[in-house]
Amino acid sequence: MQAELLTGADHSGRPRHPGLVDGAAGLLALFLLVAAIAPQFLAPGDPLAIHPLAAFQPPNLTHGFGTDESGRDIYTRVVHGTRYSLVIGFAATAIGLGLGVILGTLAGTLGRVVDFTVNRFLEVLFAFPGLLLALLFIVIFGPGVATATIAVGLSTAPGYARIIRAQLITVRSAAFVEAATVLGRTRWQILLRHILPNTLAPLFVLGTLGIGQAIVWAATLSYLGLGAAPPAAEWGAMLSAGRTYITSAWWMSFFPGLFIVLTAVTATVLGRSIDRRMRHL
Amino acid sequence: MSNRAAGSAPAAVSVRNLRVGFGAAEPVVRGVSFSIAPGECLAIVGESGSGKSVTARSMLGLAGANAHVSADRLELDGQSVLDLNDRAWRARRGKDVGLVLQDALVSLDPLRPIGREIADSLRLHTSLGAAARARRVLELLDAVGLPSPELQVRKLAGQLSGGERQRALIAAAIAVNPPLLIADEPTTALDVTVQAQILELLEQITNGGTAVLLISHDLAVVSRIAHRVAVMHEGRLVETGRTEQVLWSPREDPTRRMVAAIPADKPRGTRLTPTDRAGTPDRPGTSTAIPAPIPGTSSVVLEAIGLSKSFRRPDGSRQCAVDDVSFELHRGSTLGIVGESGSGKTTTARLLLALQAPEQGEVRVFGRPWSAAPEKTRRALRASIGAIYQDALGSFDPRWSVADILADALGVRHQRRALQADTRLTSLLDEVGLAASALQRRPLELSGGQRQRVGIARALAGRPDILICDEPVSSLDVSVQAQVLDLLDDVQRERGLSLVFISHDLGVIHHVSDQVAVMRAGHIVERGPASRVFAAPQHPYSAQLFAALPRLSL
Repeated sequence: MQAELLTGADHSGRPRHPGLVDGAAGLLALFLLVAAIAPQFLAPGDPLAIHPLAAFQPPNLTHGFGTDESGRDIYTRVVHGTRYSLVIGFAATAIGLGLGVILGTLAGTLGRVVDFTVNRFLEVLFAFPGLLLALLFIVIFGPGVATATIAVGLSTAPGYARIIRAQLITVRSAAFVEAATVLGRTRWQILLRHILPNTLAPLFVLGTLGIGQAIVWAATLSYLGLGAAPPAAEWGAMLSAGRTYITSAWWMSFFPGLFIVLTAVTATVLGRSIDRRMRHL
Repeated sequence: MSNRAAGSAPAAVSVRNLRVGFGAAEPVVRGVSFSIAPGECLAIVGESGSGKSVTARSMLGLAGANAHVSADRLELDGQSVLDLNDRAWRARRGKDVGLVLQDALVSLDPLRPIGREIADSLRLHTSLGAAARARRVLELLDAVGLPSPELQVRKLAGQLSGGERQRALIAAAIAVNPPLLIADEPTTALDVTVQAQILELLEQITNGGTAVLLISHDLAVVSRIAHRVAVMHEGRLVETGRTEQVLWSPREDPTRRMVAAIPADKPRGTRLTPTDRAGTPDRPGTSTAIPAPIPGTSSVVLEAIGLSKSFRRPDGSRQCAVDDVSFELHRGSTLGIVGESGSGKTTTARLLLALQAPEQGEVRVFGRPWSAAPEKTRRALRASIGAIYQDALGSFDPRWSVADILADALGVRHQRRALQADTRLTSLLDEVGLAASALQRRPLELSGGQRQRVGIARALAGRPDILICDEPVSSLDVSVQAQVLDLLDDVQRERGLSLVFISHDLGVIHHVSDQVAVMRAGHIVERGPASRVFAAPQHPYSAQLFAALPRLSL
């Protein structure tokens, strides 16, 4: 949804200027990548250094994004926080996809009993809103970045598992699988050369789309005080800290929020762009 | 149906110099002129892509959102419709011109009873009240030959058979007696006996005074009802004239090619396309050279003995798909299996390929157990039985290029780059008439005929003795079909292959078969040499089937 609104897609689903939008998303992705790998290159300062005298400065020439209640530079903190968000986003998606692949493959290949069991299990997971599932996990294992990441991964897994199972079943009964049987291929050869590649290729796109979602979720958990703890420069935690001062110092919540949205949109736009390209191959 | 007087009235449709283009590309219709008098049937025939459907759609203002339509004259029932806006077009569609499309299942709303679909145009274009409309719908259904109309009006499109749906669609199209009826491939998706009935219905409508514009790729079909034929080629009408004149003495090359491509009544071995390779002259009437039998072995390569297979219906009862089917395939010969949809042809093919196990009976290959053997034993023999499918595209892994497909079938493992130079691949492509440049393409980028050639190449890769062809040309244009049939004939001769050729198309079966088996409702009702079965069918069903076969006879 977000991506559609922002890419100016008409109702046919095709962006009017795919090149332009993809280009912008590519540039942003590059910026985020540099920020994650070498934040000091973009923001040489220390994200945790406090200057009580310079507290609550609105955006100005020295502090582009303003400063927070302890006089820390918000721009520096946002740049340094990229790594947290991206790592959580990637790791959570990887966990979700990994679990999804395992569950989906079990359900899709091992016969009716396993399929039935896995499906009922997934339905139970589906019955809880994803965030609730994540909260449940955190309640049991305690708050923190690692638990938040795993929690987000866990709560996205059922969706992936469903898609993988459906894809497996479609591919398994495809005409080209039958054609491979007629050519005398064994079950294993067919599984490895036809079924798995055709099932897993679309997942790459799905994963890219999922990263954006995972970042938002991870930020949500931090905002609720269940992920990264202050004063860590994590976007969700920064949002949470800014909440207290939102009427007097809007920039404290605005810039971390802006970056959460931009990152999620970038991942989504790139995912859709890759998807489009793969379809037209 | 209509009591419009022929002759004195203005032409139902009159077109001069119609041009239709899309975007900046070359126009697809380039200066087409024709007119149809009331009570006359004009058929526009041509290959796919010749522009015939676009021409027909321009008569309805449905050429497309980004189409530029221009003409010196475009008149329906004497009134110009050249620059109508959407609103004005809507007032005319259904009233001045009705449309019948190929696939009635798609054309009819799946969630509305057909009675309401038919009543739509009555509601839009007449002042009839609800009761009068309901009466008229029943009249219409009766007129198009749907039995017990009172029961049919409440049915959904999905509950009707293909022929019944097509009748319902025709009823909707003629509901308000439009002076012009456009039928775009109205029988292409239908079985041959149903096709004959629909053609008869269209003929009745024509005789009732309606002008009919028939669009088809099938000359044999149009020859049955069209008064005049216009042959379309690359956006132009290359030849127009009385049907018998165009079909019996075609003057232009595209027409000649189309007439020559019709397989029905062409003896086995006659080429359907102009000879494109040296050394493959016409061999009318000759069967393939059957290799001398190896002493001590039987000439039977494939044998079905009492095959039966049933499926569970949604309500739990069992439906017999194939029942006690037996036949033999002799080395170097072609066995044609013909039948209408649902007769069990495809299930038979799947049993022969051991994709499904028969419930009773067995398949033997080279005298050895095949269906009864475990897949492990079968696998060693699989290379000797190739398969060609109707949906060639679906039978290829979508991620693979042609090079990947053929290398896999040949058992070659290479880097992608090395595959381009592999002579095993290029010579295989050459055998099916494709250039080596096709190797880098994906099947999706190829035309229907080229895809089927790749399918044949793949089937030949394992050096098979037997080919099972399930409707291999059914989704192809007549001229492309002719090329593929010629290709199959060539490879059969060169390699001494034995073929099981399954088709619903009697003309094709007649052309390719040495032996024929006619299937109906899971049974083989008649089996024997093609020459005998076609000339003097013994079973009443075969006789009825063959009588319905459209031929180029008038």
